[in-house]
Amino acid sequence: MVEATAEVWHAQHEVHEHHGPQGVLKYLWSTDHKVISMQYLFTGMFMAVVGGFMAYVFRMQLAFPGSSVPGFGIVSPGEYNSLVTNHGSIMIFWVAMPVLIAAFGNFLIPLMIGADDMVFPRINRLSFQVFFISALVILGSLFVEGGGFGGAWTAYPPLSAKGVYNQTPLGATLWLIGVALEFVAFLLGGINFITTLMNARAPGMKAYDIPMVCWMIVIASILFMLSVGPLIAGAVMLLFDQTLGTGFYDPAMGGDPVLWQHLFWFFGHPEVYVVMLPAIGITIDIVATFARKKLFGYKLMLYTTVATGVLSFFVWAHHQFISGIDPRMANVFMVTTLLISVPIAELMFVIIATLYGGSIRLATPMLWALAFIAEFLIGGVTGIFLGASGADIYFHDTYFVLAHFHYTFFPIAIIGTFAALTYWFPKMFGKMMSDKLGKIHFWGTIIPFNFIFIPLFVLGMGGQHRRIYNYQHFPDLAGADFQRLRIIATVALLVMLAFQLVFFYNFIRSLLRGEKAPKNPWNANTLEWTTESPPPHGNWPPDQMPKVYRGPYEYGRPDRESDFWPQDEPA
Amino acid sequence: MSAKPIATTRSATGIPTGRLAVWWLLASEVVIFGGLLGSYIMHRVGHPEWAEAAAHTQVWFGAFNTLVLLTSSFTAVLAHQAAESGQGKKAAKFLVMTMGGALTFLLVKSIEWTIEISHGYTITTNTFWSFYYTAAGLHGLHVIAGAIIMGFIAVDAWRGRELQRVELIGIYWHFVDLVWIFLFPLLYIAK
Repeated sequence: MVEATAEVWHAQHEVHEHHGPQGVLKYLWSTDHKVISMQYLFTGMFMAVVGGFMAYVFRMQLAFPGSSVPGFGIVSPGEYNSLVTNHGSIMIFWVAMPVLIAAFGNFLIPLMIGADDMVFPRINRLSFQVFFISALVILGSLFVEGGGFGGAWTAYPPLSAKGVYNQTPLGATLWLIGVALEFVAFLLGGINFITTLMNARAPGMKAYDIPMVCWMIVIASILFMLSVGPLIAGAVMLLFDQTLGTGFYDPAMGGDPVLWQHLFWFFGHPEVYVVMLPAIGITIDIVATFARKKLFGYKLMLYTTVATGVLSFFVWAHHQFISGIDPRMANVFMVTTLLISVPIAELMFVIIATLYGGSIRLATPMLWALAFIAEFLIGGVTGIFLGASGADIYFHDTYFVLAHFHYTFFPIAIIGTFAALTYWFPKMFGKMMSDKLGKIHFWGTIIPFNFIFIPLFVLGMGGQHRRIYNYQHFPDLAGADFQRLRIIATVALLVMLAFQLVFFYNFIRSLLRGEKAPKNPWNANTLEWTTESPPPHGNWPPDQMPKVYRGPYEYGRPDRESDFWPQDEPA
Repeated sequence: MSAKPIATTRSATGIPTGRLAVWWLLASEVVIFGGLLGSYIMHRVGHPEWAEAAAHTQVWFGAFNTLVLLTSSFTAVLAHQAAESGQGKKAAKFLVMTMGGALTFLLVKSIEWTIEISHGYTITTNTFWSFYYTAAGLHGLHVIAGAIIMGFIAVDAWRGRELQRVELIGIYWHFVDLVWIFLFPLLYIAK
């Protein structure tokens, strides 16, 4: 196989495109990293539709309490709790992680480092299969007796531990099993990403020649692996509390409910960076390509990211400022939390410095990348209020918190994904997407997004608690001014969801009738653009595997005629 | 998929990919057991009365099992040594001996748990016993998983295939051993 010449190889692949199972099985049982990437991508997109539908239902209930929601019906209090809980869980564990880390990690890492696959293709396939089962479990949990789990995505005991409190004993246990399976899938995938980047790089590719998005996905995988362990242990304890009647989180039996909060957030805060880093990596690669300028401070950026990762393990207790922790400890965690905004700001400045003096092209992927920076900054800056323990006591569990983390997670999970999809779509599917429809979709998403969450900042500052099913039950919270803001947010959500139809239309139309994509439509430097669009099985002919001669961001060099310099072009 | 991908055969760091993967796997295992034992220690410090419950554990059974696991780790090293020199059949024999150690460990463990449960100390008796059964149970699952994987590797080694895997399961087995070295004093001896 390795000795085959390029012609023989191409001939073989025309008749016998894929080794292993054929037909439908080829897509269900493949070990090819690109097929597994698509499996993750489409599962994640489906789950995003489910999570988006949930948001639609509970936002309608908040704006028009008690009225029947089209497509769902009247929302009961239990259903409301289940909807918000599963919206959060699904959007983080079954949308942000599979799409940003697994789908793009699987697609990009082997292609960008010039390898033909992951180093453990079968573990890769197993990872998706476990993930797929976890998605079925969480979806199934919505339809069991008592309904889906309604104790918030953070699952604090005692509410999550005892069926008599949460009223959804079956839903709660299935939720926990689904999340645990998802962790297993990402541990398997994470080991694969890390070892692939460490060992399978093309000849000549040194550490500082690796495209930033690969670094970011791998650093995110390392953060995930090192932070999720305590939560796995905690989940086993919670499962035993639910099913066997142990008392790990029950003070009456010698346990402690705050223990869960520590175990959960020891994972939960690094998790924010686990999903954020891939989105930042995507932004960096897009910004450098469309600014036609070398990335400002590659090493600075890499070390800053590592610093962020290390610091992220020491900030978790800022979620417990009002859980009765020692005020001296609260001060320590306040300092670490405010400190972590320094490296994040540095990452932002590096991106802005890359833009400065570039010859910027505002194609759709670039618009998404720029929007990521602008919107994520709002999320980051509002986090400072919440990191300061004095202000957090007032803001805790209000809509301010909710608006803050949606201003971080929406740019990460939605804007980051659209940036990556519009940028790599030609490589993934071999077709160009419509730039015009892409821009309509962009503005139709970004403008309503701000109209959803800026009103929620105002509601939060007005003291509105975030876990209330019907504000009419609380006369002093149900004022007409507050209600008007809730309606604005809901209407904006409807507009934003409607504009997603433009995206799906563009996606399907481009797949079917899009213009055929050339090898390198954006004149980018990284290795994935040196092979066919879409890349064949094996990515490159075995005797033409790329070699690397320089870093990934050599754009706009004055000593060269063309304004880019591919990584594999001999000097 | 007969041929391995080119990616699998590369080694940019100079460390075999399989060994790298096992070390990363162990890193994730360390934090799982770290979280569990960290929680246990924090609780134990806050509940001096747990010493009374810990006095009812079967220390001699635990001590014997410690010896069994340490011995099995030794045979795992001998299997590695045999595999290094290309003696697949010899490596397989030592792996089977290691599996025998795992089986002995599990047998002793089940007798021990039977005695404890028949004395009325179950997982719901109090939080000490909950930690005791959860931690030892999670470790036991690792012993079972390790023994099963070892079986597959022994069959391959007997036929002279994939000998590098003998070292990898050995690394994992030392980790399982090491976890027990932490569990034994924390659960049985600390009074």
